[in-house]
Amino acid sequence: MERRNARHTREIVVPGDILDGTGMRPGDNAYVLDGKVRASVMGVRNVFQNTVGVIPLRGGYMPTSGDTVFGIIVDIGPSNWLVDIGAPYPAPLHVSEVPWKVEFGDTSRYLTIGNVVLLKVLSVDESKKISVTMKDSGLRRIEGGRLVKISHTKVSRVIGKSGSMISMLKNMTDCRITVGQNGWIWVDGEDENAEVAIQAIEMIEEQAQSGNLTDRIKEFIEKKIPQDEDDYDEGDE
Amino acid sequence: MTEIMSEIKRDHMLKLIDEGKRLDGRTLTDVRKIEVCTNVIESADGSARVKLGKTEVIAGVKIIPGTPFPDTPNIGVLTTGAELIPMAHPSFESGPPGEDAIELARVVDRGIRESGMVDVEALCIVPGEEVWMCFVDIYALDYDGNLFDAANLAAVCALKSATIPGEQYGKGENKPLPITCLPISVTEAKVGNALIVDPNFDEEQISTARLTVTTDDNGNFRAMQKGGRGSITLDELSLCLDRAVEKGAEIRKIIG
Amino acid sequence: MSGHTDMVLVDENGLRIDGRTAEQHRPFKIEAGVLNNADGSAYVEIGKNKVLAAVYGPRECHPRHLQDPTKAIVQCKYNMQSFSVSDRKRPGPDRRSIEISKIISEALEKVVLTELYPRASIDVYIEILQANAGTRCAGLTAASVALADAGIPMRDIVPALACGKADGHVLLDLNKEEDNYGQADVPIAIIPSTDEIVLLQMDGNMTREEFDRGIKMAVAGCHELHELQKDALKRRYSKKAEEESE
Repeated sequence: MERRNARHTREIVVPGDILDGTGMRPGDNAYVLDGKVRASVMGVRNVFQNTVGVIPLRGGYMPTSGDTVFGIIVDIGPSNWLVDIGAPYPAPLHVSEVPWKVEFGDTSRYLTIGNVVLLKVLSVDESKKISVTMKDSGLRRIEGGRLVKISHTKVSRVIGKSGSMISMLKNMTDCRITVGQNGWIWVDGEDENAEVAIQAIEMIEEQAQSGNLTDRIKEFIEKKIPQDEDDYDEGDE
Repeated sequence: MTEIMSEIKRDHMLKLIDEGKRLDGRTLTDVRKIEVCTNVIESADGSARVKLGKTEVIAGVKIIPGTPFPDTPNIGVLTTGAELIPMAHPSFESGPPGEDAIELARVVDRGIRESGMVDVEALCIVPGEEVWMCFVDIYALDYDGNLFDAANLAAVCALKSATIPGEQYGKGENKPLPITCLPISVTEAKVGNALIVDPNFDEEQISTARLTVTTDDNGNFRAMQKGGRGSITLDELSLCLDRAVEKGAEIRKIIG
Repeated sequence: MSGHTDMVLVDENGLRIDGRTAEQHRPFKIEAGVLNNADGSAYVEIGKNKVLAAVYGPRECHPRHLQDPTKAIVQCKYNMQSFSVSDRKRPGPDRRSIEISKIISEALEKVVLTELYPRASIDVYIEILQANAGTRCAGLTAASVALADAGIPMRDIVPALACGKADGHVLLDLNKEEDNYGQADVPIAIIPSTDEIVLLQMDGNMTREEFDRGIKMAVAGCHELHELQKDALKRRYSKKAEEESE
C-alpha cells in the first residue's frame, strides 16, 4: 500500500470514523456502511488507487504466507514443536518442515523450549491455522546475538525505502541485523555496538510517524559510535 | 501466548549480571523509580496507588466497626488481602486468589502486624464488644516484577493516610488512623551467583530464589520470607539483611 | 432503587443535589493507553466513578471448550474492588458482577469484528476502583476505548450512559442518591454510527412517555461521551507525531 507523504502531521482515525463518502472502495481495515467507508481500527487514513483504508497504529501481528519471522519454541510434542511468533495463535512446526531427520518422540533433541528460530510462514488457512517451515535457505536455529521485539506495524520503517534505513544501521554499527515481518529483529555484533543498534531500532519504533527520522537516527548513532569516513553510504529518503 | 523467555535473552541477561550490570542499566542494588499517590479513592478510608518502575499496585483501606476476637477483646482487627487480577499480566488468570496472591497478602500483613504499625490498642470502641476493623485490600494493576515491595508500599501508604470514619457510624469524630512506624520491605532475587535488589519481571523469570526482608524505623527485622525453588547461603543472607536496612531507610525517606 | 429518603433529589427549580439540571450528565474524563502489559487499556471517570479497563487479545481461547471455530469470543469480567463502595464489598464475583459481565460481553461482541479471529478469545477486564452509580456504563465506555487502543478491529466505539427517574423527574446520568432513592434506572449503550442499541436494562416504574424522553436524553449523552472516547485515543497517539514533526 502506497504511503502518503510522511512530512505532515498524520491524521489519526479511530474505529467508526468516516474515511470517505464520495464512492471510493474500502481498502485494508475499513468497511462500508450506508455508502460511506469507515475505519475499523485506530491508525492513519491511507489512500491507495481508488480505495481508502487505514494503516494500523496498534494491534498484534497476523501472519501471511511468505513472511519470514523469528519465533521462540514454547512447547514440544512427539512430532512437532509449538512456536510463538507473536501472533494470536502459536504456530506448529512439524518434523517434516525441518532440515533434520527427526524420529518420532525425539523432537527435544533438536529444538528445546526457549530456542529461537528463523522460519517462513507457508500458509494460513480460513480457521487461522498457521503452518511454518524451517526448510528454506537462511532458515535455522538462532544462537547468540540479541532479539528485540517491536510492533510489526513499524517494520517497514526499520527497513526504509529500498532498504536504506536498515543498510545504514548495519553499516554504522557493524552488526548483522535480520528483520522478521513479525517485528522481531535479531542483532548480532560486538556488545556495545549491538546495544546502540537496538536503541536505534527502538527509537525508530517510537518516532516512526515523524519526518527527518533517518537524519536523527544517523546523528544518534554517530554520537555513540565513531564512524570512519568511507564506512557507509548516505541513505536517502 | 505463554511467557517463555528466549534463551538468547536469558543468556544475555545472565552474562550482564555476572558483570554486575542489568538490562535496564541499573546496578545490582538500584531500586526502580517509586511514585506514590495517596487518597486516590474517596469511597475508601485510606488509599494509595504506587508505581515501582512499571509495576503498579493499588491498595485501599476500609475501617468498619465490628466484634473483636474473643482472646483479644479490646484490640482492633487488621486483615490484609491481595489479588493478582488478570489485567496486570497475560499469565494471570481469573478466579479466587491462588497461592501467589495468598503468599503476597500474608507477607505484607506480617510486616505490618509484627512492626505494630497500626496501633490496634487504640482501635477499641466498646471494650469487649466493639472495635474498629481495618481491611486492607491490594490489587496488582500492572506486573513487572517485585509485587512484594510494591504491595507493601501501597498498603503502608494507604494505612498511613487513612482516617477512622467515626462520623459515618456515629462513633465520634473522624480521626487519623493511629500509626507508630513504617515497615518497609526490600526484596532481592538470586540470579546465578548474584543477588539483585528489586527484580523486574524478566529478572524474576531467571532467578532461582527470592528473599523479602521487612524492617522498621529502627532497622530491626520484623518479617522475612524466602521464596523460589533455589537456596541461599548464609553469606547471601547476611548481604540481603544489610541491604534491607540500607535500602529500607532510603525508601522510608521517599514516602516520608 | 427501593430506598426511601426525605432528601429532596430534584428541587422546585429543577436542580439536582449536585447542581445539575435534568438533561446534564456528570463530568467525563477519559485516558487511553494507561497500562504497560495489557494490549489495550483505558481509564474513565464519570462523576465520582473511577474505572479501569484492560484488553488482552486476540489470543488463544481458554478454556478450550469455549473456542468457536468460526470467530473469536469476547470474554468480559467486571469486578468491583472491595473499597470502591461505602459498605466494603467482599472480594470475588457476586451474581450482580456475573450478570454485568455477561451483558457487557454481549454488547461488545456486536461491534468487534470477531470473524477475523476464529478460535481466539478477546479478554476484557473491567475494574471499578470507585463507584457512584452507573459503573456498568462507565465500564463499557472504558472497555470500548481499551479495545480500540489494542488495535482490535471493530465497527465503532461504544459509549454507554444511563437515564432514569427520581422525584418524578426524568433525569440523565443518575448519581448514587438518585439511583438508590429514585424510581427508575435505565442503562443504555449504542453504536454511534447507527444508533443501534447493544445494551439495555431497565428497572423501576416509568410511563411510555417518560421512557421515550429518557432514551432520547441518554442517546444524546452517549454521542457526547463518544466524542470524548475518540478524543482520548487521538490525543494519546497524535501528540507524539505532532511533536516530532516540528
